[in-house]
Amino acid sequence: MLKAYYHLLIRDLRLALRSRHELANPLIFFVLVVTLFPLAVTPTPDALQTMAPGVIWVSALLAVLLSLDRLFKLDYEDGSLDQLMLSPNPLMILVLAKVTAHWFLTGLPLVIIAPLLGIFMSLPAEAVIVLIYSLLLGTPVLSLVGAIGVSLTVAVNRGGVLLSLIILPLYIPILIFGANAVDVAADGLPVTGQLLFLGAVLALALSLAPLATSVALRITASR
Amino acid sequence: MWHWIQRFSSPKHFYGMSAPLIKWFSVSALLLGVYGLYLGLFVAPTDYQQGESYRIIFIHVPAAWMSMFVYMVMAVSSGIGIIWQIRLADMVAAASAPIGASFAFVALVTGSLWGKPMWGAYWVWDARLTSELILLFLYLGYMALQSAIEDQRSADKASGLLAIVGVVNIPIIHYSVEWWNTLHQGATVTKFDKPSMHIDMLIPLLLMAVAFKLFYAALVLVRTRNEALYRDRNRRWVRELVERL
Amino acid sequence: MNWSEFFHMGGYAFFVWTSYAITFAVMLANIILPIVQRKKVIARIKRSIKREQIEQNREST
Repeated sequence: MLKAYYHLLIRDLRLALRSRHELANPLIFFVLVVTLFPLAVTPTPDALQTMAPGVIWVSALLAVLLSLDRLFKLDYEDGSLDQLMLSPNPLMILVLAKVTAHWFLTGLPLVIIAPLLGIFMSLPAEAVIVLIYSLLLGTPVLSLVGAIGVSLTVAVNRGGVLLSLIILPLYIPILIFGANAVDVAADGLPVTGQLLFLGAVLALALSLAPLATSVALRITASR
Repeated sequence: MWHWIQRFSSPKHFYGMSAPLIKWFSVSALLLGVYGLYLGLFVAPTDYQQGESYRIIFIHVPAAWMSMFVYMVMAVSSGIGIIWQIRLADMVAAASAPIGASFAFVALVTGSLWGKPMWGAYWVWDARLTSELILLFLYLGYMALQSAIEDQRSADKASGLLAIVGVVNIPIIHYSVEWWNTLHQGATVTKFDKPSMHIDMLIPLLLMAVAFKLFYAALVLVRTRNEALYRDRNRRWVRELVERL
Repeated sequence: MNWSEFFHMGGYAFFVWTSYAITFAVMLANIILPIVQRKKVIARIKRSIKREQIEQNREST
């Protein structure tokens, strides 16, 4: 079982690394959207600092949302998803492997580039550190919950807007606590509570989302 | 037992059984609603804080309760549909969504019309209004998914699963919105909270809540009958029934 | 309490009556839409029955 998890993870990472330019797209999108805000609103450091947590978190959320498509779509189209569903390994484990790969390819790069954006938005150093922690705990949840949405819409043509319609409401708790943690840290206050909440949601998503995703795949992707 | 449930939940049996129920539910909803409105608009005393504007409560609160109740009905019947493969349960879930969405819409509109005299603005990011708005989005997502998938069976199961995921999420969403609201509460003072309510206000409120519930029961039966007719359009019982109409 | 006072709602007439009007409009739509939908479904089934009968007749002749 662990072997299957590991092999699928490696396969997905290898496949993605073959098309590197596509890999960078969500990242560029993330940086670009954040850059728009100082241009649209105001570049004064004070105003930027108030907006920063929300802007960075919303942009991260949208970047993950845009990248979700490649989680199952290609596999569905070339039939390898059917192969996965026929395999003797529990589908939950395979789903978890695919979600892990997705996180390594989108969530982790977002976490790594986030300090740069923190500097763009004139966040103080403590807040940047909390931003990294909150993204580290929050982005896996975005991938896990997103996987449910993708698996429900995988058979729908042009399901992009539909996907955001069904996924974004479910992302709200993560957004609230993630952005608030950074906000509070910028004021120099403790953020343990917020990070614990994000951790608890991560644990919940980790245990339930793969199950829901595998049920959804059996419903929608079986031909 | 199993056999009995199967027979009982067949769309054909349901269709025959539901006609008198619709009549009963709608008549009693009408009677209770009229009586509740009479008590609420004429008998209930004026609120000492909010004046007459509080009379919106008699539709706002029942609508908000119903919007949550209908979502629960949707999720539970979706679960029954997915686990036990009972088609009637899927039909009930699909029929409930537009009704629940309209209750959520009513709760939002009346809430904002109530908010204007109370808060001085039509929209305040109050925890309950925000949660209600998110609930409306959940309904819209369910309906969008239901109509996007062509194959009826997988549309039912997929949107049913979404409803269940939504139910798991609702407490988390609700909690985080409440928490977010207490942080940012400066301008908004929640006047909706009342430690105790005058009995003359409470009785019409409860009457209206029951009337709304009966109204929903009648509507969901009518809509489920439509779903049954449409989905079984190639089966014999529908053919025979339509030819007699 | 007289009627004009009742409709005045202590100065909140606009908010109270708009709320009630919108609620009744939505409820009314909730009643009418399924009835229209039912008629459409039945008409559609009747059409397809007719079409099948015509096809059957054609096959048999």
